[in-house]
Parts: sequence; C-alpha cells; structure tokens
Amino acid sequence: MTKTKMSGAKAVIESLSQEGVEVIFGYPGGQVLPLYDELYDADVRHILVRHEQAAAHAADGYARATGKVGVCLATSGPGATNLVTGIATAYMDSVPIVAITGQVPRFMIGNDAFQEANITGITLPITKHNYLVQDSKDIPAIFKEAFYIARTGRPGPVLIDIPKDTQVETIEFEYPGEVKLRGYKPTFAGNEQQIKKAASLILKAEKPILYVGGGIIFSESSEELRTLAEGIMAPVTTTLMGMGAFPSEHPLSLGMLGMHGTRYANYAIQESDLIIAVGVRFDDRVTGKISAFAPNAKIIHIDIDPAEIGKNVRVDVPIVGDARNVLKTLIKYVKQEQVKTEAWNKKIAAWKKEYPLTYKKDNFLRPQFVVEQISEVCPDAIIVTEVGQNQMWAAQFFNYRNPRTFISSGGLGTMGYGFPAAMGVKVGRPESTVIDIAGDGSFQMNSQELATVVQNDIPVIVAILNNGFLGMVRQWQELFFNRRYSATCLSESVDFVKLAEAYGALGLRAKKKSDVRDVIKEAVKSECPTIIDFVVEREENVSPMVPAGAAINEILDLE
Amino acid sequence: MKHTLAVLVENRPGVLTRVAGLFSRRGFNIESLAVGVTENPDTSRMTIVVNGDDRVLEQVMKQLNKLIDVIRVSDLPSEEAVNRELALIKVGVDSTTRAEVMQIVDVFRAKIVDVGIKSLVIEVTGDESKINAMEALLRQFGIREMVRTGKIAMNRGAKVVQTEKK
Repeated sequence: MTKTKMSGAKAVIESLSQEGVEVIFGYPGGQVLPLYDELYDADVRHILVRHEQAAAHAADGYARATGKVGVCLATSGPGATNLVTGIATAYMDSVPIVAITGQVPRFMIGNDAFQEANITGITLPITKHNYLVQDSKDIPAIFKEAFYIARTGRPGPVLIDIPKDTQVETIEFEYPGEVKLRGYKPTFAGNEQQIKKAASLILKAEKPILYVGGGIIFSESSEELRTLAEGIMAPVTTTLMGMGAFPSEHPLSLGMLGMHGTRYANYAIQESDLIIAVGVRFDDRVTGKISAFAPNAKIIHIDIDPAEIGKNVRVDVPIVGDARNVLKTLIKYVKQEQVKTEAWNKKIAAWKKEYPLTYKKDNFLRPQFVVEQISEVCPDAIIVTEVGQNQMWAAQFFNYRNPRTFISSGGLGTMGYGFPAAMGVKVGRPESTVIDIAGDGSFQMNSQELATVVQNDIPVIVAILNNGFLGMVRQWQELFFNRRYSATCLSESVDFVKLAEAYGALGLRAKKKSDVRDVIKEAVKSECPTIIDFVVEREENVSPMVPAGAAINEILDLE
Repeated sequence: MKHTLAVLVENRPGVLTRVAGLFSRRGFNIESLAVGVTENPDTSRMTIVVNGDDRVLEQVMKQLNKLIDVIRVSDLPSEEAVNRELALIKVGVDSTTRAEVMQIVDVFRAKIVDVGIKSLVIEVTGDESKINAMEALLRQFGIREMVRTGKIAMNRGAKVVQTEKK
C-alpha cells in the first residue's frame, strides 16, 4: 500500500476500515472529539449508546453472535471506566473485542488532569493486552496487533488508549500486512502423539463423556463435535458457555452440567471413566467440590490456552490446540467397528427418564413455562440473557439447536449484560429474532438503552420474567438464610409497559398462561423494540441445585 | 520450594507492571525479581525467584507465557545454573572493630567500596547462602543499611536462554 498523510484520528478510522469493522458502539467526549469528527464522514456505522457500559456489552454481543471482533469507543476518564465491567465480562468469557478510549494529551498524563484515568493500568488484569499510544505513527501497527491478538488464540478484549494530541498529529499511514509479535504465537494444531494417546483412551473407555464449552463455539467445531460424539457414541454435556454447541434434542445430549445442570449430566460425569473436555475450564460452578469431582475418570483436556490445562484438575492427556483442528485429527484415530458404550448409554437413558428437567405444571404463570413457549414460538431465535434465575431458566428450558444462539455472561455473571448485548447481537444478525430473557432486577441495570434501540431502530425483544425479586439471591436467602429476604424485594415498583412507551418502544404484558403465546407472537410481528412484562410466580426456584461446596451428584430438587 | 525463572521480555514501558501485577493477582509469591537489558537492546531479562511446588511453578510459567510482552520463560534449576546476587552492606565500625570487619570482608572475597570514620560500605557478590552468611557475621557489628539486587542466574555450559528456539 502506498503511504498517505493523514491525522492520527483519520488513521484510527482507516485502520478500522482495514480490519473490516462495520459498526462501532460508542459515546463521545472531550478527548475523542478528533475521532468523532472523522467518524462524521466515515463509512463505518456508529451507534450512540446511553451509557458506555452498554457500548462494551453491545460490542461483546456482536462479537459472540457473529464471530467477528466487536468494537466500542469511549472518552477518557469516566467514559473509559464505564467500559470496565463490559471489558471484564468479555475477558472472563474470552470474547474478542477492541475497546478504544481517548486519553488526555501526553504532556498532561500523570497530572490528574480533568477526566484523566489510567485506563491501561485499570484494565491490566481484565484485558488480553492493552496499549497506550505513545507515538502517533504507531497507530496503524497497534491496531493491526490489537485485532490480531483479540481474535486469535484464546480470544479476548484488547484496549487501545489514544491521547488526544496523537489524534491530531499528522502521520504517514501505511497499514502493516502482518504482525510481528515475538511473545505471541498461539498453538493451533494439537500434538499428534498426544491426540493418539487420547484416541487410545477413548477406544478403551466404557463410560466416556464429552464435556464441552465455549471453545467449541469460538473454534466453530460443532460439526466435528457431533461427528466425534456419534462416532464413539459418547454422551455430551455442555457448560453454560457451550449451550448451542450440541443440539439439545440430540439423543446423546445431556444438557448443561453443574450447579443448575441436569441430574443426569451430573450423575454421568461422576460415574464416567473418561472425560473428554473440550474448550472448558473446570469452573467451580461446573465441578462443585473439586476433590469429589469425577472420582473414577481419566481426563483428556483439549484447550487452546495451555494455562487452563492442569489449573483446577489434574489432567491425564493434555492437548493444546484449536478445538476444531484437534477434533478433526482425533476423529481420524477413533474410527472403530464396535463401541463399548452400549450399557453406559442405557444407564444414562434410564436417568434421563427418571430425572427430567421439570417444574410445577399448574394454572399459575411460571417463568419456566414462559421460556418453553418462547422456544416453541421462536425456535430459531437468538437468546440473550441477563444474570440470575432468568439465565438458568433460559439455559434449561429453551431448545438450542445451533451455536451462537445462546449469549450470556457466564464467567463474570454481569447483571445488566443482556439488553445491551442483545442490541449488539441484533446489529450483527439483523435477520434473526433476538430475545433478551431478563429479570426485572437485571433489566433495570441498563434499561436506559431503550433510547438507543428506538433511535437506531434495533428491534430486540426483552422478555422480563418479572417476579419483583432479585430472584437468585432471594433463592439463596430462602435456602441458606432462613427466608430473611434482606434487600432482595423489588416489589412492583416499575410499570415496564409504560417505561417502554415512554421511550417509544412497544410494551406488552402477560399475567396468565393463556396470554403468553399471543404476546410473544405480537412482539415478533411488531418488528419494533418491545418489552414484554411477564408477571410470573414470585418465589419460584431454579431447580435442581447443587449447594455451593457440595459434590455435583449431591443435587437437590427444589419446590 | 524455590524456583529461579529467566524471563525474556520486550524492553518496553509497562512490562514490569504487567509481570508484577500477574504475580499479585494470581496469588503467586515473588521472592526476588531482578531486571536489566540483554545483549539485544530490544529485549530485557528478568530473573524471578518464586516460591511454590511444581504445580504452582507450572501455572506461573504458563501465565507468564500468556503475557504478550513475555517472549520466553525458562526454569533454571540451581544445580545447572550459575546464581549470583550483589549486596551493599553498610556496617557501623570504630577503631576496635574495623580490623575484624575487614578480615571478614577478606575471607568472603568481598570489597570495601566506601570508608567512613564510623562506617564501611561493603560490596559482596555470591549466591544467596554466601550473602546470608556474611550478613549474619556482620550483624554483631551493627548493620546500618543493606540493599540486595535479587538473584540473577545463567545456565552453565553452552546452553542459552534465547528469544527464538533454535
């Protein structure tokens, strides 16, 4: 490419265009004025949010739904610190985003200038990498590196902090063709010998189980997973992050495991003789009491991040590599005539029959029923969730068929994530119905984004499972704190229909089971931003449940 | 158990913060950390002594490797490496103790780098145990001030820690 003279700000926009960025979620301010001036004429779409946190979540939702890198933009100081929760959310769930922040001019850095915050310092532990632009001519190379780092290896957020004076200096723009990073070379292909070892364990196993997570979705290896599972006739359980990686209705599917997983998934893990773990990190919500986790199983752990292997559990066969690549090779080695898992699958089938996921089927409007109805009326929807009971019911009672159709803050558990993330999802996948399954508590954490979805015509549906409580915390208080509902009662303080209308969105309400289907259909048909207020049973619990610190087969059914 | 790591990093501002921050947030204990530029001005080398069993060591090395600015991490087992540390020790002396202190300095092949009426500054290099021994002996005279660089280490023989694997 030939060199062109341009301002640092223009170089930022040009770099984004070189990376194929089609949309930025952002909020302007003093230290990004030159950037916003360039955006005025740029081809890239800018969506003005109402709070920077929403910009980060929207970029994250966009990235999870499309597989592309999401981009958000904020000014220095409070603008930048408002991104922090969103960046931490993306970091915990390995989501590729690039966050751009303005910074005070270089000569003022360190002087506690107006709206100055050391955002590279603040985000050090929650970014995969970050940059403070020290020299305007580094801008193209930094952007090239940032996007490369964000989307390769184990994906994650990268932050670029750009002092205002570097935005106005003139540089010679030349976008680098490749990145040269001495300290960053992710392992892509798995070690062949290790894969052979894994294959021989698999062929010997009588009670194998595939335990898979977000790594399957990020590496786009759902097909390979299915081929492997069907080839060796092993049941598949997914983490919360892995919902959609394997079809819920597949005979080999055990649904989710862990604290609110299915009984049969947890029993199967505990009784298995071989766990094939792919793109997972043995999180405490999955393993329960770690010393009692899968006592009889050998463990094969496939992950792109070597630091995840051996972090929480001892692994017999570690394989570092891209899940898709490793699974492809593994499939070659496990072709066999006879499977030894017949008895195992029979046992699991009996568990599935005996302990189905269920809830009380009576005349009351229960939240699980709402999720089931959404699943039936909108089987192809992309489900986004808030955090808490709504999230668990969304994971348990929607029938997921495809990857990138369940989008949720798993690791950080960020309340207020769902609605702005849904906005990003809809922008990235406009052809899909996008439904945020929300709680009345979580939704109120970012409800200001109603203004954004209305102004930018982003028709997402928010299905509030309104129980007037911070439901998950209330559930723990009921079970472990003697029903002392300290600070968890929200009562019926907000009229969500009126709230929707105040912003120019559509507001609907259902109080009876018989209304549920109609309002869902009406929301879909309206093609405009919609809130549905489902007034549900107030003290419904998420069931089953493994109490914190118990082994995952010590699972309780709750009324 | 103590382990000595040689860590090659990009010679850039902020890299030390990244490494130190990693140790604190992951709950690893740094015994000592020494850093300086290498034969290549783009590269710095840190020598980090960490406390922990083999599993902790493995996690430390893997987590360090995840930092983009970290180019290479090597474990240097003490029996296969030359380990050195430098200390400056200021000892209070008077006419009755000066000679005895100078004798100890001699035995340890240390150096006196500053002489005052009431004090001596002693420079000593060696492995950790030598410096500890010297410190213990000098304590009776009154150590006014002491500064240690932290350990640096290098493989014995032809083996080297390089930015690129050969």
